[in-house]
Amino acid sequence: MKLGQVLPIALGALMRNKTRSFLTALGVIIGVASVISMAAVGEGAKARVAAVFSGMGTNVLIVLSGSTSSGGVMGGFGSMPTLTWDDLRAIRTQAPAVRAAAPQQSTRATLMAQDQNWTTSVAGITPEFFGIRDWRADKGSTFADADDQAGAKVIVLGETVAERIFGLGADPVGRTVRIRSVPFVVLGVLDRKGQSPMGSDYDDVAYIPIRTFQNQIQGGLQKFIAGIILVGATSSDNTRRAQSEIKAILRDRHHLGPVDDDDFNIRNLTEIANAQAQGTQVLTALLAAIAVVSLIVGGIGIMNIMLVSVTERTREIGVRMAVGARPSQVLAQFMAEALTLSMIGGVIGVALGSTLARLAASRLGYAYVPQVDTAILAFGFSVAVGLVFGIYPARKAAQLEPIDALRFE
Amino acid sequence: MSASTPPSPLVLARDLRKTYVLGDTTLNALDGVSVTVERGEFVAIMGPSGSGKSTLMNVLGCLDRPTSGSYVLDGNEVSRLSRGELADVRNKTIGFVFQSFNLLARTSAVENVELPLVYAGVSRRERRERSARALERVGLGARLDHTPSQLSGGQQQRVAIARAIVNDPKIVFADEPTGNLDTKTSVEVMRLFQELWRGGLTIVFVTHEPDVALYSSRVIVVRDGKIVSDLRQDPKVAELAA
Repeated sequence: MKLGQVLPIALGALMRNKTRSFLTALGVIIGVASVISMAAVGEGAKARVAAVFSGMGTNVLIVLSGSTSSGGVMGGFGSMPTLTWDDLRAIRTQAPAVRAAAPQQSTRATLMAQDQNWTTSVAGITPEFFGIRDWRADKGSTFADADDQAGAKVIVLGETVAERIFGLGADPVGRTVRIRSVPFVVLGVLDRKGQSPMGSDYDDVAYIPIRTFQNQIQGGLQKFIAGIILVGATSSDNTRRAQSEIKAILRDRHHLGPVDDDDFNIRNLTEIANAQAQGTQVLTALLAAIAVVSLIVGGIGIMNIMLVSVTERTREIGVRMAVGARPSQVLAQFMAEALTLSMIGGVIGVALGSTLARLAASRLGYAYVPQVDTAILAFGFSVAVGLVFGIYPARKAAQLEPIDALRFE
Repeated sequence: MSASTPPSPLVLARDLRKTYVLGDTTLNALDGVSVTVERGEFVAIMGPSGSGKSTLMNVLGCLDRPTSGSYVLDGNEVSRLSRGELADVRNKTIGFVFQSFNLLARTSAVENVELPLVYAGVSRRERRERSARALERVGLGARLDHTPSQLSGGQQQRVAIARAIVNDPKIVFADEPTGNLDTKTSVEVMRLFQELWRGGLTIVFVTHEPDVALYSSRVIVVRDGKIVSDLRQDPKVAELAA
């Protein structure tokens, strides 16, 4: 039986019942549209999480000091300084999986220039910091080891700070800001990082050499690092190795026995990012599963209508058989009707789903990524639904005896 | 036609039986029927309701299969054919006319008539031509695009007759073709059948009206699944009342 013969018959039958055909296809339309829009929303969420975490730099670990404990009140990590400058040096030299390590001490301070001022986080760091965070100067430059050694009064501004003090689009390189009356020369402005996973502004910050920080703000060198150590692993596969190497080094240096707890804490940002990504992936899978269920329900709708249609058109089937329709031709006709319904539903569903996904993307504020794979998959699935749920009613029609079909009232 | 006619009869049925089992009673709708129809005959099958005349008709028309017996149609044994092969026989050798017309609703006359040709795989253009010609033969050349609901009962039956002859069948079976029509229209339909018969078509029809049976060339009476009488006659000419 040629498709050219069956298709016009099937289309004619569907056109004679336009409303019912549309309502039947609607189940598939909704199913396919939800599969596509859900997948797009999930992908978008995943992309956003990835973008947010990449703002912190890749392969980054954070080493925090231990917690204080006095009278059963735990002070939290970082509340008791346990990390020394020698620890930092050991991490830099003894851990093969560590590419670079930088200390970071922060305080809140007010930056003043002429008649503008802005209170922000001022951090003392070593130049390795910019490499670990993968952060470059947009204007001017970052500072070098020599500035740190010399305790130079230089400062690198985050974009937000530069904007607040010097105005939008101004070039502050070479100008002076004062922190607690101490003048600092602006070396550069960092490029834009955007929002952190916690919603704060990465760019609302200013960096000075750590030696300068200690001399001018903290008031002299101390044994402990009153802050954190930022570590960059050699590769993303090595973050875990770097973590265990640092742990071993610090436990050894702090003379901790096998039963002692760590007096420090290491956070692996790559793993946190992966966990977040996995979370969104689970969400995507869940949404897709719900959508697939709705597609199957749509398929059952097709089967239901086709069964009604076969019963209702039993006499028609009898007439067709009486004038020479073979059982296989009757089967083909009803299969073609079911397939046409599901394919029309699939096409409209893909269009509707893409539109919804685009709308959702612009509403939720992430880039719309056309889900071609998903669209093909969803369309293929809708065709499969038509096949699976069309075969039973079609077989029922084809197995009718012509004489019984003609007698049916 | 006579020169090319094969010697075998068109319908050669021997000892046809059709048994229905209903619970613990068996019903012999056909109880050993043997019948021969030559080419060019115009046969009426009569009998009271429940006599088995419709069953005989359905078996001869390949809509139903006998429980046992032999049926050779146009030189081919058809009683053991598969459902698909029977469909082909119905498509190419047989035309059907039903009591209740059995036209497809919301479908134009010409599309109804085309139906057998669709399943015969005839091209769209040829289908249209042959269907229009068949409708002209039954006097409905001006109503190709009317749907059944726009036609009278007599006109609908004419469309059905056009559908039955569109594939140039060897034989046309008609099951109570005038059963749903008034007297005047019945005469019209019988006149059409006589025209087709004179044109060389073999026709077998079932009726329970003796008046209608008069138009045939042979009357077979069935009772309790058996043929009880089989008489040839001079057909009464169907003439429209003035």
